[in-house]
Amino acid sequence: MPDQTILPDAGPVDPAMRGLIKLAVMAVGGQGGGVLTNWITDCAKAEGYAVQATSVAGVAQRTGATVYYVEMAPAGVSAPVFSLMPAAGDVDILLAAELMEAGRAIIRGFVTPDRTTLIASTHRALALTEKIVPGDGIAQPDEVVAAAEIAAQRLVLFDMEEIAQRSGTVISASLLGALAGSGALPFVQSSYEAAIRASGRGVEPSLAAFGEAYARAKTGQNQMPGRQDAPSLAQGDEPRGPDRLRRRWLALVARMADWPEPLRQMAKRGLVAVVDFQGLDYGADYLDRVQAMLDRDSAAQDYCLSIAAAKYIARAMAYDDVIRTAELKTRSGRFHRIRAEMAAEPDAKMMLREFLKPGAAEIAGMMPRRLGGWFAANPARMQALGRIFGKGRRIRTDRLGGFLQLYLIAGLKGWRRYSFRHAEERARLNDWLAEVQRRLPEKYDLGVEILTNQRLIKGYSDTHTRGLDRYGKVMAALRLVEARNDAADWARRLREAALADHTGTALDGAVATIRSFSDPPA
Amino acid sequence: MAERSFAKEVLKLRLGAGDTFDGEGILAITKALLENGVGYVGGYQGAPISHLMDVLADGRDILNELGVRFEANASEAAAAAMLAASVHYPIRGAVTFKGPVGLNVASDALANLSSAGVTGGAMVILGEDYGEGSSIMQERSHSFAMKSQLWLLDPRPNLPSIVKMVGQGFELSEASHTPVILMVRIRSCHVTGSFTARDNCPPPFSVKDALASPRSDYKRVVLPPESYLQEQDKIENRWPAAQDFIRRHAMNEHFGPSDGKIGIVVQGGMYNGVIRALQRLGLADISGATEVPLYVLNVTYPLVRDELLDFADGKSALLVVEEGQPEFIESDIAAQLFRAGRQVALHGKDVLPMAGELSGKLMLDGIGAFLKKAAPELLPAQRRAPNDRVDPAIPDLTGAVPERPPGFCTGCPERPIFAAMKLVTQDLGRHQIAGDIGCHLFGSLPPFEMGGSTMGYGLGPASNAAFDGGGEKRAISIIGDGGFWHNGLSSSIGNAVYNKSDSVIVVVDNYYSAATGGQDVLSSRADNPAKSTGHPIAAAIRGVGVTWIRQIDHTYDVPKMKAVLHEALTCAYDGPKVIIASSECMLNRQRREKPLRNAAIREGRRLEAPRFGVDADICTGDHACIRLSGCPSLTLKALDDPLRDDPVAHIDQSCVGCGNCGEVADAAALCPSFYRADIVHNPGRLEAWFNRLSARAIAALQRRREARRLDFAKG
Repeated sequence: MPDQTILPDAGPVDPAMRGLIKLAVMAVGGQGGGVLTNWITDCAKAEGYAVQATSVAGVAQRTGATVYYVEMAPAGVSAPVFSLMPAAGDVDILLAAELMEAGRAIIRGFVTPDRTTLIASTHRALALTEKIVPGDGIAQPDEVVAAAEIAAQRLVLFDMEEIAQRSGTVISASLLGALAGSGALPFVQSSYEAAIRASGRGVEPSLAAFGEAYARAKTGQNQMPGRQDAPSLAQGDEPRGPDRLRRRWLALVARMADWPEPLRQMAKRGLVAVVDFQGLDYGADYLDRVQAMLDRDSAAQDYCLSIAAAKYIARAMAYDDVIRTAELKTRSGRFHRIRAEMAAEPDAKMMLREFLKPGAAEIAGMMPRRLGGWFAANPARMQALGRIFGKGRRIRTDRLGGFLQLYLIAGLKGWRRYSFRHAEERARLNDWLAEVQRRLPEKYDLGVEILTNQRLIKGYSDTHTRGLDRYGKVMAALRLVEARNDAADWARRLREAALADHTGTALDGAVATIRSFSDPPA
Repeated sequence: MAERSFAKEVLKLRLGAGDTFDGEGILAITKALLENGVGYVGGYQGAPISHLMDVLADGRDILNELGVRFEANASEAAAAAMLAASVHYPIRGAVTFKGPVGLNVASDALANLSSAGVTGGAMVILGEDYGEGSSIMQERSHSFAMKSQLWLLDPRPNLPSIVKMVGQGFELSEASHTPVILMVRIRSCHVTGSFTARDNCPPPFSVKDALASPRSDYKRVVLPPESYLQEQDKIENRWPAAQDFIRRHAMNEHFGPSDGKIGIVVQGGMYNGVIRALQRLGLADISGATEVPLYVLNVTYPLVRDELLDFADGKSALLVVEEGQPEFIESDIAAQLFRAGRQVALHGKDVLPMAGELSGKLMLDGIGAFLKKAAPELLPAQRRAPNDRVDPAIPDLTGAVPERPPGFCTGCPERPIFAAMKLVTQDLGRHQIAGDIGCHLFGSLPPFEMGGSTMGYGLGPASNAAFDGGGEKRAISIIGDGGFWHNGLSSSIGNAVYNKSDSVIVVVDNYYSAATGGQDVLSSRADNPAKSTGHPIAAAIRGVGVTWIRQIDHTYDVPKMKAVLHEALTCAYDGPKVIIASSECMLNRQRREKPLRNAAIREGRRLEAPRFGVDADICTGDHACIRLSGCPSLTLKALDDPLRDDPVAHIDQSCVGCGNCGEVADAAALCPSFYRADIVHNPGRLEAWFNRLSARAIAALQRRREARRLDFAKG
């Protein structure tokens, strides 16, 4: 292989080469990259340019990453020889139909500071590897944005997918708008619009998305990628409801009045979750438990312990059970939300099917404490229970009959306190908090990590069982290292391992590492 | 019916003399075939030449008018065998398929054809699936040309050059009685451009004429002693005739000064890449006028010895630009130069990579390195010195950007098959699983990871033959309907019956050859006026002796799919167990149904439009559902809720309501957060009335309960 340091790409090249425009589109299969390429070439032809486009469709059209490439030369150049593929360090305009595709373009060297205008949509189409992680596997956009700011000569960055969706079309239209608005090509706006019109399909939505993205790009203001916003609980608004309940609610809120600010914010969210789950008395219990942690906390430690407590005690107390599911599924707000999401006309009929399959554990959990315990103690009984009740159910909650089934289960909320599941959850909650208290004040950081381990317990049926199992494994492994100074680090590492994959391989590896230095030599 | 309609493109096939054709390379080739009096065309679809087959299928009328026979062959072998029509008859014929895998399949017929020799021009239009965008193993087709003595054409990748090569290729084939391969790479197939059209030309001698006056000559049959004579004929007559034709018609081209001290020998298909590198080095202008002499091999096999030696005359160094490995051309040139006693330095794979596509950067670096060694004076001073321009360091993003391999489309009917298989594996343990060629091979990737091999089209079950004796657990193989009809029925199913194979075969029947663009196959359900479809796979396998057959007509029924797989893996029967899992390819189904749906809504007919959703407050963010799906529309959403650490599942508006999410949630007992919402367009009056009644009653119950508790919901 040649030595890579020679040949700077500058010098007495043919001056006409400077008029040559090289444009690449990095897209995900199904984003309309082909349509976009056609629009650009049509537009270039109309403006008198000689133009050539190529692509590598192949299997990439099936949801994979794909590249389209266009070269154009102004009128007057005789028979220009175009390249069939983008070359690293030699791309003038790079359109990325997704943020990580912009990252991929940068990796491939298609974005360079001496020449490239990078036009990228900030939205994410998550790759499978990001989605299958049991915890949070979503790639962070910051690194890509930071690299884009260095690599691109000019950067046009905003959410073009959102604009396309609002106009009822696909991102190719808003990408074209951003390209036109950026002024990176020497073409007038009407040329682009004529290309869209000439394509003849979905013209109006495409023009709307084009126009909005055009105006957005014209401002020259970039927009950084943000987290999606879908709050399910109020952020500070006070609840509606009977005055009697609201007065008691305010009294609960007042108990937090002298708590430090960051804690109060978290605890307010927690309180909403817990009261929403099981009422005001339950909320008072929650505040007591957070207070118990606050009593062992201090400003010197930034109240990390009590903030973690406020967050995870709320999560533990508002556990996921059948009654909760039934309640959430029958609330009026949910019906409105789904109608909005499905873009249903106000009086259009919408059928709504729920897919429920309560397992034996969930059925036993709803029983009185002793009875549920009797079933749970014996696998054969549990199996029988699963056979009888555990069938998959599809319930039509838009019909009165189906709705009533869930509505009645949701009505068991008052009964929940006497259920087997509640007893189990309370026992676990007490044990867990005792584990924290036992380590205080010496092992403050470890206490915070143990609180955070609540994150491992989630889901229903098998998923829930697996979560409990991992939680148990992590806690057991912690006992082996708790005397060490870096016990809190190990706690964090164990938890991250438990969330890294669903097979438990990473966690087993971490536990084995701990055993390797904690076990007494044989 | 292919997944795209080519009605608009077909119109371009009607252009006459003087009209300007404007379009993609593959369509230009189709037009050129008609202009050159082709008598019959055929082929087997596959990227990057699928469109050629699709356009021909949609262009039936034009072909009929011209008297051209079009056949959608069952395989590449069948396509190559069709060229037999040109052995005795003066008919030009062309078939198309992808390379090199299509050549692998076709090589039996092509070897026989080459030995027999041809009377009419015989051409294989080969889509070389190499480099970025390729879906197959990375090999070259070049060796097939060498071993069977077929001439290999590799025109410069622009429409006029490609179109010209179609005509010259037929003439070369006729002049040398040898079939030719016209090779086009992925990007050349899709490259846009224009050329001046000529009138279409009906074949002077058609296949119908041949049937009216049949001919045969045993000297063309590959049997001894003729086979020995045919080999001699190749060397003594056909080869020299070809060299002579290539030279006389200047099929290979020269660019640049005639007296340069160095020169570049380049495959026609690599010409644009070389010019771009020279343009960037300041050694060629925008129109390709170059200061470095170029010898462009539009015919890469055979080499024309005299032409090559003439080009080497007076030069001290040559660079061979040849993509892929082994470096057949460079070795051939080295041998020719050595035999002729030439003292010229030969460069090629010393400055260019042996393996992989020649990208712009590699070409620039490689040619630069060659010039630096062989003719540094051509490079301006600053080029000879190391790069002193300081670029800001661009951070390395390789760890930050996730891979994005292809996978099953939204709503794909194959997804639930693999979800069921994964669930069965959870119950019965891992199994030996072999895949075939086709969309189903995506099942070997995460999140399913079902299957660890693919041995070729139609060979999935055959590739499990070593395990067919049975054991503690049965082996499973998967084959698509495309592979089944390609040669799977005999090589895989028949083989399993004959050998009493105790294994499980899953035939994935999605009604089309889906991975190649949705062409019909024998078992397709679509009404195809030009072809005979509707022949069930079950009937075919019963015919070859399979007795244990389970037909599933709705793959989205995961519990059923799971139960059948379970039965196949555990039942007592020790012969081949075949499960036919049938549901229509969603990509094609959406294309077919979307216009019908829109029409129904417009015309006031009742229509249910399904879509799935996830209740964000019920989902706990474990993502187990995604590990059993991988659907592009099933994604994640980060909630703006400080109590939640992990993003929750979310179904975006691209969902087509296939049902997999609900079925999997049920079969795997996942979680209750999925729902299916159907918007009912144009409901009946009674239905609408009943719906209003239900809605009112439900709203009243909701108000009743919401009046007794604190309501934290916004708004």
